[in-house]
Amino acid sequence: MLRRALGLLPRPIAAARARSFSTDLPAAHTADATFMEAWNKVMPNTDPPKTPLSFMHPRPPTPSSIPPKLTVNFVLPYASELSTKEVDMVIVPATTGQMGVLPGHVATIAELKPGVLSVHEGSETTKYFVSSGFVFIHANSFADIIAVEAVPLDQIDANLVQKGLADFTQKLSSATTELEKAEAQIGIDVHSALNSALTG
Amino acid sequence: MAMAALRREGRRLAPLISPRTITAVRSSPLYPTLEDEGPLGVRHISTQVVRNRMKSVKNIQKITKAMKMVAASKLRAIQTKTENSRGLWQPFTALLGDLPSADVKKNVVVTISSDKGLCGGINSTSVKISKGLHKLNSATGPEKETKYVILGEKAKAQLVRDSKKDIELIITELQKNPLNYTQVSVLADEILKNVEYDALRIVFNKFQSVVSFVPTVSTVLSTEIVEREAESGGKLGDLDSYEVEGGETKGEILQNLAEFQFSCTMFNAVLENACSEQGARMSAMDSSSRNAGDMLDRLTLTYNRTRQASITTELIEIISGASALEG
Repeated sequence: MLRRALGLLPRPIAAARARSFSTDLPAAHTADATFMEAWNKVMPNTDPPKTPLSFMHPRPPTPSSIPPKLTVNFVLPYASELSTKEVDMVIVPATTGQMGVLPGHVATIAELKPGVLSVHEGSETTKYFVSSGFVFIHANSFADIIAVEAVPLDQIDANLVQKGLADFTQKLSSATTELEKAEAQIGIDVHSALNSALTG
Repeated sequence: MAMAALRREGRRLAPLISPRTITAVRSSPLYPTLEDEGPLGVRHISTQVVRNRMKSVKNIQKITKAMKMVAASKLRAIQTKTENSRGLWQPFTALLGDLPSADVKKNVVVTISSDKGLCGGINSTSVKISKGLHKLNSATGPEKETKYVILGEKAKAQLVRDSKKDIELIITELQKNPLNYTQVSVLADEILKNVEYDALRIVFNKFQSVVSFVPTVSTVLSTEIVEREAESGGKLGDLDSYEVEGGETKGEILQNLAEFQFSCTMFNAVLENACSEQGARMSAMDSSSRNAGDMLDRLTLTYNRTRQASITTELIEIISGASALEG
């Protein structure tokens, strides 16, 4: 009830009154109007629930000329590695191979395979090994990379990689059921990708 | 009651007979009367009852204070995880938008609640919202069906009462081990395998601050509905402009995308709900210990009043007895 009253106030006052943590985005008052109407018809005495759209910053529209930098959001389940970072280029390990993304790239949805993700900013490059995930490239030169696990390359132990590769190769040869074979194959894929990441 | 009356009778005769024999006759603990025994058989009003109440209220105050501290420490631990996971669902909403009003035949409402109680009203709010969504979907047409997937004991207790036939899956004891992505993705996999869905609506309490929890609904649409909405234009209209790399078919990648979206949104939702649960428990236990403190103050006043009244009565009896002897 108070929220709806706040919605009538101009934006700056509403934002100042909303007491939230600095990492949380301010509740924007853009909500799905059809949903609110339908809700109010069925349950007039209860406030409608909020939807994720009201907790997000809206993305900028597609500019007419290609912007100079690519804005990258690299998120993991337990951390946001990079959040709206402006970079020159990223190279992602898509299932079809290493894909370079520059500002002005065509809008794409790609699935990732285990491999090396490198972020190029000026003269420095940061490399991460990602397990798998998705990358969305939007027309407005925003790239969202969502991965399940990612580690910087210098934190990977080469000996453990070799051991793991040997383990899984042995498991594949001794696997009986389809499930075991598939699991062993996945292990081999990941470890060989790790191996080539460390050497290459 | 007859025994108490007899005892009272005995005591009234006591000062005439022999003051010392009556001291053995005390109110037994099984029949607490408000009358107490003193020397010379003088009657006091007993403060025992009030004293017992004060002891139990003080214990309750200590327990609720301890529970508040425990909840505060658990909140601190899980809050950092939650804030870090907030970036996870945003790319999906940026790509696929947010369509809670999409018209679908098979709705599945995933209600997230806590296993333990004493956490204020958050579970009731979640259940109310879930029932509201059920009504909303049924109001749009007769062939629409809504099923529930329940996480947590509290929602199960409330929904089993009137919606038993609509419940598909019940999952409890989620927080036995610390929450992590692997566990939640296995859970999401189970749900996706066992339940037919066109749209999944996750109902949870988003953690705004220690005193504010906002009921939120996140919608995850199945690939067919996403394609249908993309074709009809509107919010998802420019989804077709995205090139899909890899895989044999576009549909395969979009299917993986929908499943990944579900597991990511579930992870964030479960963490936010756990945070809200601890925050709500903190404030519930805080108000409870404050109430116990107030009650203790009132009882202390009553105790003192009773004690002083009985002392005054004793004095009056002694003094009037003494003056009767003199005069």
